[in-house]
Amino acid sequence: MSEGHSGLVAHQFETAEQQKETVNLGMWAFLITEVMMFGALFSAYGFYRAQYPAAFAAGSDHLNYFMGAFNTAVLICSSLTMALGVQAAQQGKRKGIILFLLLTILLGGIFLGVKVLEYADKYEHHLMPGINFSVDSPFAAQIELFYCFYFAMTGLHALHMIVGIAILGTLVVLSYRRRFSANYYNPVEMAGLYWHFVDIVWIFLFPFLYLIGRS
Amino acid sequence: MLSNIQILPEVASTMAGKVDALYFFITAVSVFFFLLVMLLVTFFAIKFRRRSKDERPEPIHGSLKLELLWTVIPFILGMAMFGWGAVLYFDMFTPPVEGMNIYVVGKQWMWKIQHPEGNREINELHVPVGTPVKLIMTSEDVIHSFFVPAFRMKMDVLPGRYTTAWFEATKPGKYHLFCAEYCGTKHSQMTGSVYAMEPVDYQDWLERESVATLSMAQAGEQLYNQLGCGTCHAQEAEPRGPSLYGLHGRAVELLTGNAITADDSYIRESILLPAAKLVAGYGPLMPTYKGQVNEEELLRLVAYIKSLNLDTEDSTSESRGGKELKEHRNE
Amino acid sequence: MSNTVAVASHPEPDNNYWTAGYGLKSWLLTTDHKRIAILYLIMISVFFVIGGLFAVLIRLELLTPAGDLVSSDTYNKLFTLHGLVMIFFFLIPSIPAVMGNFLIPIMIGARDLAFPRINLLSWYVFAIGGMTTFAVVLFGGVDTGWTFYTPYSSTYSKTAVGLTAIGVFITGFSSILTGLNFVVTIHKMRAPGLTWFRLPLFVWAHYATSLIMLIGTPVVAITILLVFLERVFGVGIFDPALGGDPVLFQHLFWFYSHPAVYIMILPSMGVISEVVACFSRKRIFGYGFVAFSSLAIAVLGFLIWGHHMFTSGQSILAGMVFSILTMLVAIPSAVKVFNWTATMYKGSISFETPMIYVFGFLGLFTVGGLTGLFLGALGLDVHVHDTYFVVAHFHYIMVGGAIMGYLAALHFWWPKITGKLYSEAWAKLSAIIIFIGFNLTFFPQFLVGYLGMPRRYHVYPDEFQIFHILSTAGASILAIGYAFPAFYLIWSLFRGEAAPANPWNAKGLEWTVPSPPPKHNFDTIPVVKEEAYDYSRLEEEVV
Repeated sequence: MSEGHSGLVAHQFETAEQQKETVNLGMWAFLITEVMMFGALFSAYGFYRAQYPAAFAAGSDHLNYFMGAFNTAVLICSSLTMALGVQAAQQGKRKGIILFLLLTILLGGIFLGVKVLEYADKYEHHLMPGINFSVDSPFAAQIELFYCFYFAMTGLHALHMIVGIAILGTLVVLSYRRRFSANYYNPVEMAGLYWHFVDIVWIFLFPFLYLIGRS
Repeated sequence: MLSNIQILPEVASTMAGKVDALYFFITAVSVFFFLLVMLLVTFFAIKFRRRSKDERPEPIHGSLKLELLWTVIPFILGMAMFGWGAVLYFDMFTPPVEGMNIYVVGKQWMWKIQHPEGNREINELHVPVGTPVKLIMTSEDVIHSFFVPAFRMKMDVLPGRYTTAWFEATKPGKYHLFCAEYCGTKHSQMTGSVYAMEPVDYQDWLERESVATLSMAQAGEQLYNQLGCGTCHAQEAEPRGPSLYGLHGRAVELLTGNAITADDSYIRESILLPAAKLVAGYGPLMPTYKGQVNEEELLRLVAYIKSLNLDTEDSTSESRGGKELKEHRNE
Repeated sequence: MSNTVAVASHPEPDNNYWTAGYGLKSWLLTTDHKRIAILYLIMISVFFVIGGLFAVLIRLELLTPAGDLVSSDTYNKLFTLHGLVMIFFFLIPSIPAVMGNFLIPIMIGARDLAFPRINLLSWYVFAIGGMTTFAVVLFGGVDTGWTFYTPYSSTYSKTAVGLTAIGVFITGFSSILTGLNFVVTIHKMRAPGLTWFRLPLFVWAHYATSLIMLIGTPVVAITILLVFLERVFGVGIFDPALGGDPVLFQHLFWFYSHPAVYIMILPSMGVISEVVACFSRKRIFGYGFVAFSSLAIAVLGFLIWGHHMFTSGQSILAGMVFSILTMLVAIPSAVKVFNWTATMYKGSISFETPMIYVFGFLGLFTVGGLTGLFLGALGLDVHVHDTYFVVAHFHYIMVGGAIMGYLAALHFWWPKITGKLYSEAWAKLSAIIIFIGFNLTFFPQFLVGYLGMPRRYHVYPDEFQIFHILSTAGASILAIGYAFPAFYLIWSLFRGEAAPANPWNAKGLEWTVPSPPPKHNFDTIPVVKEEAYDYSRLEEEVV
């Protein structure tokens, strides 16, 4: 099946510029669906939080806010390295792209590593709903509800991180094979948008889960 | 056979006629617009049918006047329907102050009903005509919905909370009771009958069918004593728990500083999850009674706590049909 | 598939998309939007037959008041699967994924959608979701109703809810990807000169539809996923026994599933605009109002989910807000109906099959829309909620409206898609049979609904039987009506006359390319110099 590609412009586009704008808009549209998906979880969480403020505050108390804050710092740094990677791509600096993307992957890996530690900690302390959960509190059921959301939200976020790392890994390989230049670096830019979005989700998750109502 | 076909359910409550009136109004509007569109389409299709292949009719871009016309008229009619429907809705879910309470528990796949006098029925509900009947309902498992077409009333019955609805039957007879919210295998068999009776007949029925010696509130009191609730909620100088006398329907100040009206749902929650909404001035001492009392027993406890209001103002308690029906009073 | 026929009938055999590649692989790995549309067409046709068989069994069971044909469990599974298959695997993808996929790029003068590979991916995702649903049937079915109300779905049902949830979750992504592709394509791929207000209304309708897919679908996806997690891990996100709130599920579910109704009907409205203009040889009356009413429906559609919950115990105030907004959403639909009617005024009206379907649509959709008012009016909805009145209402919208529109589209663009003409006589006959059968099936349901017959009832009181007999009689006529097109359309593939590029003498870029269109649609991208539906400048008949 021949697709009639002419250079880097796919057959359905007239110009490289049209292709770039289109891909950009596609990415933003995709991010809108992502916002709605996380938004639904945030609304459900907010609804229950308003119903059971005491229980949810008690749930927050069991979270390790130091690890949360550390991870927040890690992700903010990764956003910076990602932005530097995109800048390197704009300037056509191949080594820069590879370096900064690898750094971003490393920071993402650290984030996930800390997350694994946190999850393990929750498991040990019987705070994993449906698998190992027991809390001595009159609000045990509601605290369990808090942890359902904790795992659903951070789990979905972590899944996005994993996908992001996979994308960045692919880009590193492509970059190594000299697929990008100052004229064509849109995939790096798009991956950057995605990565920043995933970071922003965490910027909301951290206070909502770890900080609000904590004593 | 065809002559027997009904197209309207029986009109057997104070609401039924009002709902039908709105039904007729919207039907009339709908028939008018349906005929209007159909006649215009038919007329245009015949009048302007293509007579030759070469016809090139003059383009018409539109008409702001017409657009406004067919935006504004539907808008006005829509708002009228909204307003009318909203007034009815408000009436349907705002029970009158006087009247009697009936307690309903739904479970897969039956309706369990308790009368304040202590009578219990399954899949049957006996009510007097001419008295507003307020239903206080909950479910033991999934969501059900209490639906009596002849009364034009329907209300979902949810697990974990109380929902209320009311009706006033106007015509003695036997009417369908349906579960309207899909609830599993035998959803379509979760049906029963509502018997609306003349008040005298209802009294007869109450006395004839009365197997329970205790009223709901008395049964609730018995349970209250069994569980030892009075040890803490005592009438003494410094009780460990707040007094329950005159509690129902009153605003309660909570530990958090907020105030809440002590309604049926609040009392239910406070029995099952006492720490959720602590009353100002009291510590979290009370254990949960979850698992120790079922939904029907909870309703009896609620009925008992409600009845404590009346003891404090018993001079106003009313009697009906020669029998004390103190518990019938609403909050 | 039918390449020998195409060779015989088309002057340039190797140039069209049917003959551009041979063999299964050339279809399963295609990124051509036209071929993907055909893949979707085959898939949804299969699902339509399956969903229809479930409906036939339901109607047969309801012939008598007792539960004598199937058991209650089986009956519950039948209506659940009927709803699931028809909504998620037929109605939602029907016009967008088949007609939209095929036509939007051509209508806007593009060589393909913006993301052809994502388009193929969305078909595969759809196919995987569909296979999962087949697996559900093999594992004994599911009995929650297509609405998955908790806590029944999350805790009490003993059927394959988890697998179904995964199937719906996966299928949702197919819808998201299609919506994303359309939005971006319509924004960025229009031919020079094709401004927003020169777009065919079919494209406007799909734009509005795609926005709903993009914004609404992720919400239901995550909600269904939560139900899945709740079932698998036994946690209590929506089950009150474990601290959750079942009404929250209803809010999240209807936030998508009410707008989903507009995913089904808006594309159909787009089709009606195209067809009514062509067979009246007129510009659409009030083009701007029709275009913006699509957007108004999409936007308002997101604000009225609560009207499914007037008896769920939500506050009276919330009920009032949702009711007033529901009344508002009726207005853009009414505006469309009036504008289509006005389009016929002083037109040159001919009565080919697609137009017959438009007449059917106008009658049935008007009934469906007007009966929506009964349901939007609070006090009246309390009585008719969850009865057959609702069943009748949404079948008038979805079957009377959406499927009539789908059939209109299929007959209108069939010559373009396949390059073949079908038999007008058979097509008209089946349109009339469908119209009669449909009304006989569903009109009695309004009456029995107002009498109080609840929906999803396996057994029912005797006095409702007469209505069910009428309904089942109608359903058998309807089934025959739906079977006809399958035969004469497939017949036309092999024996039909070759279709010219513009058999209806219609306006629009899709009629300027040969039938069937060449692989990349246009050799040179066209430059658009006129507004849509400029029928006064129609050229002489070519045939």
